[in-house]
Amino acid sequence: MAFAEHLTSPAFKENARHALADPQLQSALHGIETGIVDRRRATVAKLPEFDALRDSARAIKNHTLAHLDLYLEQFEQKCTAAGGHVHYAVTAEEARAKVLEICRNANARLVTKGKSMVGEEIAINDFLEQNGITPVETDLGEYLVQIRHELPSHIIMPAVHLTKAQIEADFRRVHTHLAPDRNLEEHQTLLTEARVILRDRFLSADVGITGANFLIAETGTSIIVTNEGNGDLTQTLPRVHIVLASIEKVVPTLEDVSQLLRVLARSATAQEMSVYTTFSTGPRRAGDPDGPNEYHVIILDNGRTAMLGGQFRDMLRCIRCGACMNHCPVYAAVGGHTYGWVYPGPMGAVLTPSIVGIENAGHLPNASTFCGRCEEVCPVRIPLPGLMRHWREREFERHLSPAAVRSGLAFWAYLATRPRLYAVAMSLFVFGLGLLGKFFRRFRWLPLAGNWTQHRDFPAPQMQTFQAQWKRRIRTQ
Amino acid sequence: MSARDTLFASIRKSLGVTGAEGERRAAVAERLRQHPRGVIPARGQLPPAERVKLFARMVEAANGSAEILNSADQVPAAVAALLRRHNLPMQVRRGNDPRLAALPWDKERQLDVSVGASDGHQLVSVGHAFAGVAETGTLVMTSGTDNPTTLNFLPDTHIVVVDARDIAGDYEAVWQHVREVFGVDALPRAINLITGPSRSADIAQILILGAHGPRRLHVLVVGEAG
Repeated sequence: MAFAEHLTSPAFKENARHALADPQLQSALHGIETGIVDRRRATVAKLPEFDALRDSARAIKNHTLAHLDLYLEQFEQKCTAAGGHVHYAVTAEEARAKVLEICRNANARLVTKGKSMVGEEIAINDFLEQNGITPVETDLGEYLVQIRHELPSHIIMPAVHLTKAQIEADFRRVHTHLAPDRNLEEHQTLLTEARVILRDRFLSADVGITGANFLIAETGTSIIVTNEGNGDLTQTLPRVHIVLASIEKVVPTLEDVSQLLRVLARSATAQEMSVYTTFSTGPRRAGDPDGPNEYHVIILDNGRTAMLGGQFRDMLRCIRCGACMNHCPVYAAVGGHTYGWVYPGPMGAVLTPSIVGIENAGHLPNASTFCGRCEEVCPVRIPLPGLMRHWREREFERHLSPAAVRSGLAFWAYLATRPRLYAVAMSLFVFGLGLLGKFFRRFRWLPLAGNWTQHRDFPAPQMQTFQAQWKRRIRTQ
Repeated sequence: MSARDTLFASIRKSLGVTGAEGERRAAVAERLRQHPRGVIPARGQLPPAERVKLFARMVEAANGSAEILNSADQVPAAVAALLRRHNLPMQVRRGNDPRLAALPWDKERQLDVSVGASDGHQLVSVGHAFAGVAETGTLVMTSGTDNPTTLNFLPDTHIVVVDARDIAGDYEAVWQHVREVFGVDALPRAINLITGPSRSADIAQILILGAHGPRRLHVLVVGEAG
């Protein structure tokens, strides 16, 4: 399969080891926990209706998913009536072929791209390049990962894993037409350099490809949300505009999308509203001074219709805000590339196995402490830990988990379903461990727990189990 | 089977439906016809004058700037003053929106005003908004013969005129107005909701203004609120 060359999810543990030992990555990741989390909290606090809007957003998505066939039909009808073309793709291959066909029909050599996670999912850039068409990412973060030949490490902040020093080095490496000794000390200078280079691409591109944050059934409209204005130039300047969307992007009406927009920017970037929210309905009209001559929307399935009928339907509510990864202690420690594909963090731990198979992505739903912060902040209230648990169950049922995990779990299940035996075994274990640790209060090393004690000490238990202490407390009251 | 047929068949199989159920079709038609409003934040639900003040405040909170003018006739002078303030060349490109065309541009003799779309060579543009939304300080720009979309994105400084009477409390009120002006379910080709100037935080999470779009957004609110 096409994703195989980029997929490193099976090597999650090794990826994590490298990530933890990478000082540049660790310094870049530090900003998430200290910055965006606090800012989101402050922005949300300014809107008393935020939680009510989350309920509203969830209800809109649930209603739409339950009537998805009908809303897609409506979207297609309205988009076509406005002069647009709607195409469907069951697989990533079909979507890529359709993009290429449209580009070839337009004799395209240069394609500018707005940020699109569906574009990442179908690896459209590699495919276009293999076919002699040059794709240029225009979102600054996406441009950075493109010139480094990397995947984005975050769905909103693609280059969040990079330090300023790395970016400066990359610009010197790639922008060879500029003076090698130019001053790139300021963030502003780096941004201006990218702006000038990409401005030229915007104006000379033949085709612009964007994603879609939403599709509106009522009007046949696609919506993109950006802060830079890059997606907007991408879909305004070239002769042809291609929208890459997936089936779950559709919402019924303008009012519905307004509810979702209110929770999107606040959750994603802690803004009240993103700078640019652009509604596109069909191609340039008679008398229009600008806009594309052709407007195409490609609607991708790639495993989503199967999710609709199973335990993972809730995941199709996702509006790709990234709040779950911003608040995830595992993501903050290992970064997005560790997850090994285009969707990292808690949402990726649920979505990636649905697309690439649990046999390839089994580590992802296991890479969670189930602390629940992701579910707590999700603007459409996706029960992410619950869905990860479903994947763990499936992995277990399909005998995909390692033998040690399986026998450990079997042993645990044997004990846990026999309360008396459990109580006796646990009090012996806790007493024994407590006795051993009486003088040290903590263990620097424990048999079978080397991975734990390698990084921190294990505290010695207090001689009695919690259950025993609880019983005594009840008695003495 | 075409990709379309396969995809719709998979959706219907997953939902356990045929697509011909009268009840489901009725539910969808009903929602599209009624387009119910959901939760509307109280923040923007203010009397007209207060609403305009909130709008201006929110534009500034989003790193834009806003001026309230008594009458549209003051726009050319305000534009010229802004250019002088920032040491910019006295040239602007504007759309041919009748509300802009009717302004006394010739009173500003030093100001060179051209009309049309932008090809990337203009430093300053002047546009007219369809509406403003007080809740978040958002401008609603609609594309059309007289309102080029490129003016919203290519120039470095974007100046936008909005009528105080068109400042709504919330987005939903604007959609109602859009339906009245453009017809039910017939949007202009592009609607750009703009909240502040362009920005990026992709370099080490430091926020910088002026990524690909305008570095500066200046809003001129004109006329009496009402």
